[in-house]
Amino acid sequence: MRNLITIAAAAAAIFASAPASAGWEPSKPVEIVVAAGAGGASDQMARMMQAAIQKNNLLKQPVVVSLKGGASGAEALMYMKSSDGDANKVLIAYSLIYMLPLSAKLPFDWKELSPVAVIALDQFVLWDNVNGPKTVKEFIEAAKASGSPFKLGGTGSKREDHVLTVFLEKKTGAKFSYLPYKSGGEAATQLVGGHTEANVNNPSENLEVWRAGQVRPLCVFDKERISYTAKVTETQSWNDIPTCKEQGLDVQYLMLRAMFLPGKVSQEQQEFYVDLFSKLVQTPEYKDYMEKQALKPIFLTGKDMIQFLEEDGSLNKQLMTEAGFVAK
Amino acid sequence: MEALGLLLHGFAVLLTWKTLLLMMVGLVLGVFVGVLPGLGGPNGVAILLPLTFSMDPTSAIVMLSCIYWGALFGGAITSILFNIPGEAWSVATTFDGYPMAQQGKAAEALTAAFTSSFIGSLVAVLLITFLAPWISSFALKFGPPEFFAVYLLTFCSFVGLGREDKHKTVIAMALGLLLAGVGMDTVSGQLRMTFGSTDLLRGINFLVAVIGLFGISEILLTMEERLALRGHAASISLRTVLAVWKDLPKYWMTLLRSSVIGCWLGITPGGAIAASFMGYNLAKRFSKDQDSFGKGRIEGVFAPETAAHASGTAALLPMLALGIPGSGTAAILLGGLMVWGLNPGPLLFVEHKDFVWGLIASMYLGNVVGLVLVLSTVPIFASILRVPFAAVAPMIVVSCAIGAYAIQNAMFDVWLMLGFGVVGYVFKKIKIPLAPFTLALVLGSRAEDAFRQSMIISGGNMKVFWANGLVGTITTLAILLLFWPLIDRLVASFGKSTPPAAKVEA
Repeated sequence: MRNLITIAAAAAAIFASAPASAGWEPSKPVEIVVAAGAGGASDQMARMMQAAIQKNNLLKQPVVVSLKGGASGAEALMYMKSSDGDANKVLIAYSLIYMLPLSAKLPFDWKELSPVAVIALDQFVLWDNVNGPKTVKEFIEAAKASGSPFKLGGTGSKREDHVLTVFLEKKTGAKFSYLPYKSGGEAATQLVGGHTEANVNNPSENLEVWRAGQVRPLCVFDKERISYTAKVTETQSWNDIPTCKEQGLDVQYLMLRAMFLPGKVSQEQQEFYVDLFSKLVQTPEYKDYMEKQALKPIFLTGKDMIQFLEEDGSLNKQLMTEAGFVAK
Repeated sequence: MEALGLLLHGFAVLLTWKTLLLMMVGLVLGVFVGVLPGLGGPNGVAILLPLTFSMDPTSAIVMLSCIYWGALFGGAITSILFNIPGEAWSVATTFDGYPMAQQGKAAEALTAAFTSSFIGSLVAVLLITFLAPWISSFALKFGPPEFFAVYLLTFCSFVGLGREDKHKTVIAMALGLLLAGVGMDTVSGQLRMTFGSTDLLRGINFLVAVIGLFGISEILLTMEERLALRGHAASISLRTVLAVWKDLPKYWMTLLRSSVIGCWLGITPGGAIAASFMGYNLAKRFSKDQDSFGKGRIEGVFAPETAAHASGTAALLPMLALGIPGSGTAAILLGGLMVWGLNPGPLLFVEHKDFVWGLIASMYLGNVVGLVLVLSTVPIFASILRVPFAAVAPMIVVSCAIGAYAIQNAMFDVWLMLGFGVVGYVFKKIKIPLAPFTLALVLGSRAEDAFRQSMIISGGNMKVFWANGLVGTITTLAILLLFWPLIDRLVASFGKSTPPAAKVEA
């Protein structure tokens, strides 16, 4: 009798799991975890995803955006770390996954999470006030000739912007004093107001003040120019900005934007999200967003992604070490 | 009068049944989230944001901004009835609003709060309408030294103009500043005072502290004293409302002063909180009868509410014109704008005129509709006070707990809130004022960042705070206010040629 029940139960289990073999699906609302404050680049990206998923019916469950920007995003990392096995949470990660553990001794390693996909690369551009020097060369000469160090604003301390500032100093010999602000938006307005001489904001952070003719892009920190050729201001497109290397300043830095699930999720769950994001990057909302924010398209999953993360991680570690930002 | 024409066009866009219905829905939802302490505007707007993705941008922003107005009105309700401020800037409203409710004048206090909110917002919207281009260039003048000077002014006005013992104010402020330092330090990028705890990474959330300090401690005190909410709702009718309105002209100076402070501080990000405290302190300072403040004076409700709402509304301007959100709710609205493809910035006013003026028109309409809506429901809210304490208290505690949890979805915050409840109880017993403590907690880290950024700029030279007319004036004013009691005495003694009666502790 007992055997019979077992067999019946097993049969029922097989039967019940039959539809599931088509793939795992979230049973609860999916939470996009943002490691930044409201209105920042990651938040905007999360809202775009929320809208794109909803409009294109990519998920049966609703999508919620949860902002975990406390402690410069450390909150989000620790939140993901403590959510092992919960496949309803997906993090929008950026370079902080390498930098925060180094600079603030945060007990976190991205290898503890489950990688899903690298979905974009963000550029950095050297900007100055429209009343300032017109080329990289003039800018550096002015910085060297200035009595007090040029003030350069950026987001946070011992992070991407700060690292770039240190490398600007190393490559040019000019002195800068770095001003850490809470957000890129703040760094942008402070540059417009003439409180700083320059910043190294991402394209999206300075887009509006550039269009308003208040700041000038001097060069982009990449090997090649940004690919978008549609006019953004009246006279210029993203593609018109020279690379820093063209201008004799050999500094390159790109920031990843990647999706991660918490650790200890199943293969099936991981695959579900790989599939979801490969559909997402095909939506018009996503493509439109990429162009508007001048993000560099990239889509890596699986082994390619791991390899990319490992190389990128060690590059960041090297930069942080050279800049002297690794906490002892 | 291009602005006027555009505004009228904005009204034309809005005056459809569909839009008006959306406004009502938004306002009701807003009041609802505003009443729950801690849930408040930012969370309400965040939760409802996805609902608007399928709407056109104008309808969506009208609905969201009405949730915002509703939440602002709603926040005043809990401040007055339960001594629990819903938003940071409602703290000052509790000082006189709650005593009024205790004296059975809840309806008057609520009417006063709603009316002054309305007046404050109206003045700020008028300002936005006519001075938008000029104001955005004024906001650009604010660099780190200017920001610090404004925060310093707020702190100093508290010490100089507050009625509490000066040393207790300073103690409370210092404790607040200490707690504001918990978490990530922007300037050095290091974690401070987290002791390896993941929960402390976030820092101490201001609202969690406020819910405990004011709400829970009040329940504890009431339990100890008489197990009853003091005072019952008296006559609540159109007559009460009209009586309060009839008295309004008497307070024109307070209303005007608070509106000006609010508009001015609102343009600088994060100014609404500072504005409400400053509005209150200045009203007290210039009143003939200073002792009656804090004991249920209607002016003590008018002053902070007008200032808070003037600045809360003015705060939308830097968001639209510069892309810098002045408050948490404004930040969520900013995220919403981006989804609809509207990028806040200097060009928004040029490229999306219909949207901007539709929004500004919705500020006028939302406020008028909101005022009517909340006033007509005052009796419902005020009648809560008639419910026996034994029934209300557990509900308040539960809603405090939900509020504290909802801010960051963290159980730790609930414990923290209860801890702050005990701290608030002890502070009240030993007469350490709670307001400077909360003020320091909310503005502390911003003031610190601004100060240290200024020091980086100047290479450690304090002269940077007198580097130009703007920052110099604010800093000097701050120091004057700090030593106001001394100066006041000196002036008085010159006038009467009698020596000062007592030494003032600084």
